[in-house]
Amino acid sequence: MTSNHTDSQGPVWEVFTQKKSGAPYQHAGSVHAFDKEMALENARDLYTRRDKPSGLWVVPAAEIVAVDPGDAAPFFDPADDKVYRHPTFYEVPAGVENL
Amino acid sequence: MTTNQALYQYCLRLGDTNLILGHRLSEMCSRGPMLEEDIALTNFALDHIGQAEALLQYAGKLEGKGRSEDDLSYLRNVEEFENFRLVEQPNTDFAYVIARQFLVDVYQCLLYQKMQKSTDETLAGMGSRFLKESTYHLRHTSGWMERLGLGTDESKRRIQQAISDLWQFTPEMLTAKSYEKELEAQGIIPDAEEIALDWLVQVVRVLSRSGLHKPQDVAVPPPISHSDHLVRMLAEMQYLQRTYPDARW
Amino acid sequence: MEKLHDFQRFIDAEEKIEPKDWMPDEYRAHNIRQISQHAHSEVIGMQPEGNWITRAPTLRAKKILLAKIQDEGGHGLYLYSAAETLGISRDEMIAQLHAGKAKYSSVFNYPTLNWADIGAIGWLVDGAAVTNQLSLRRTSYGPYSRAMLRICNEESFHQRQGYEIMLKMAKGTPEQKEMAQDALNRWWWPSLMMFGPHDNHSERSTKGMLWKIKRASNDELRQRFIDKTVPQAEFLGLTIPDPKLRWNEATGHYETSDINWEEFNQVIQGNGPCNKERMDHHKQVHAEGAWVREAAAAYAARQKEQLQEA
Ligand SMILES: [Fe+2]
Ligand SMILES: [Fe+2]
Repeated sequence: MTSNHTDSQGPVWEVFTQKKSGAPYQHAGSVHAFDKEMALENARDLYTRRDKPSGLWVVPAAEIVAVDPGDAAPFFDPADDKVYRHPTFYEVPAGVENL
Repeated sequence: MTTNQALYQYCLRLGDTNLILGHRLSEMCSRGPMLEEDIALTNFALDHIGQAEALLQYAGKLEGKGRSEDDLSYLRNVEEFENFRLVEQPNTDFAYVIARQFLVDVYQCLLYQKMQKSTDETLAGMGSRFLKESTYHLRHTSGWMERLGLGTDESKRRIQQAISDLWQFTPEMLTAKSYEKELEAQGIIPDAEEIALDWLVQVVRVLSRSGLHKPQDVAVPPPISHSDHLVRMLAEMQYLQRTYPDARW
Repeated sequence: MEKLHDFQRFIDAEEKIEPKDWMPDEYRAHNIRQISQHAHSEVIGMQPEGNWITRAPTLRAKKILLAKIQDEGGHGLYLYSAAETLGISRDEMIAQLHAGKAKYSSVFNYPTLNWADIGAIGWLVDGAAVTNQLSLRRTSYGPYSRAMLRICNEESFHQRQGYEIMLKMAKGTPEQKEMAQDALNRWWWPSLMMFGPHDNHSERSTKGMLWKIKRASNDELRQRFIDKTVPQAEFLGLTIPDPKLRWNEATGHYETSDINWEEFNQVIQGNGPCNKERMDHHKQVHAEGAWVREAAAAYAARQKEQLQEA
């Protein structure tokens, strides 16, 4: 027997945790939940059972906007050739320190 | 009864309550309405068993006969158990699990809040440790009270039924035993009457927010004994220790 | 064809495939099958051990067992999520399980008859599972690989808690030792069967390796498990139930009898001792939970409505 058609496990939420204050929020995984509070609690139980983080976010997965991998090349490529954004591009004369 | 003996009884009462509730919740493992909730209920079971361990260990120390928390859990008979009757009630359905838990959560939050100020250092320490756990439990169960109360007709009917059926066991939880009076007077344990008043206010607030009504208070005499449910539960729980008394686990 | 070629080159370079990347339909289907089977195994696996939670002989043992089984439920969730990134919903996966279209590890179709079984499961079943999972950390599908990483980290205590129980039983009273040996006798062969049939060169298994979904062959992993487990059994003073078991100096591996493949096939086909029980339990719990999920959905819809009105 299978579930009737109104039955479901609720929508998917993406979970982000912050290891300690000041650290960036990192994607931990996802959970199912029907509402925001449930999403927070489910995320707590699934992703913080072992270490206590300093912060937790949940975001409806459907609300996340991502770059299509097919577009990734033209989308990201321009970053590749801006070498002057990197400190190693510049020559520091011998004898100059703390730069 | 000396203060020590009274405190021993009191620790048994709180310890056994946590032990039996933890056990009931542990029966839910692999039986949650969704896997996420399964995991949440197991966390609750772990918290209550942890609280039972601490309280029964302290009880054993107060008793002074060298009984450990395991001895007290596994080698006492049903009539020696001091738990609230409320927590031995079975997991009839998810609504009963939530209703039972909610009624206890409100109580334990109030209890532990006040227990932090106990003149007994051990109790005070446990109070602040347990309060964090119970505060989270209450957040979780209040959420479910609302979801079920305001969800569908069926969920509303079930949660109202559970609250109504379990209501008769709450006076026993809220009423101090005679030996507790002296402990209250010494500031060792919180005042039961104060807790009872706050408990009712908080429970009613959540019930009305959830579209549920407070059941009629009927004058039920305090239960004179445990239920068959507890006998069966202990038979299962104590099976290994009783069958193999020489074994070390 | 060009795409397939690039895909293979990408995989050969040990790069990970991500959910929205192009992938052959067969790669997608293969992963869905494998990951959902893996997820169901974690979840159904909660039952045989769950049997003993209420009979755990000490409070410490009860807590450890609860935490362990809870982890397995969590593993199920990580894996369901990984499979969902491939375009199948959890509802569909559960429906497939209930319809018998999706499998789970047949090792969970055996009963747990005494407390030492809980030790044997942690030691042998988790031990075999982790042997497989360690290798799967390098699987080519990104979400699966990340789930494996997380799972392997959590698994580290599972095998130890099982071995600890075995040790207490094996060094306990004669009755306890008997239970320990009995548990080993019953769980040894099913654990070896967990690695699956002998390596064949069917198209499916070849593709699995070519696409780096699977990273080591069944027999390779099984041998790895046997080699590390036999000395552990010796330390316990227990006997592995295999008269032909012997150390081969030349190969540096243990030799064993062959697995009873007839039993293996029977259990897979649903004729194991507990197949029906496990499925019935899962179906019943799922059906009983329906009103709760419906209530939560109705409540969420109502909340949303109120938000829009405000
Ligand atoms: Fe696992
Ligand atoms: Fe495990």
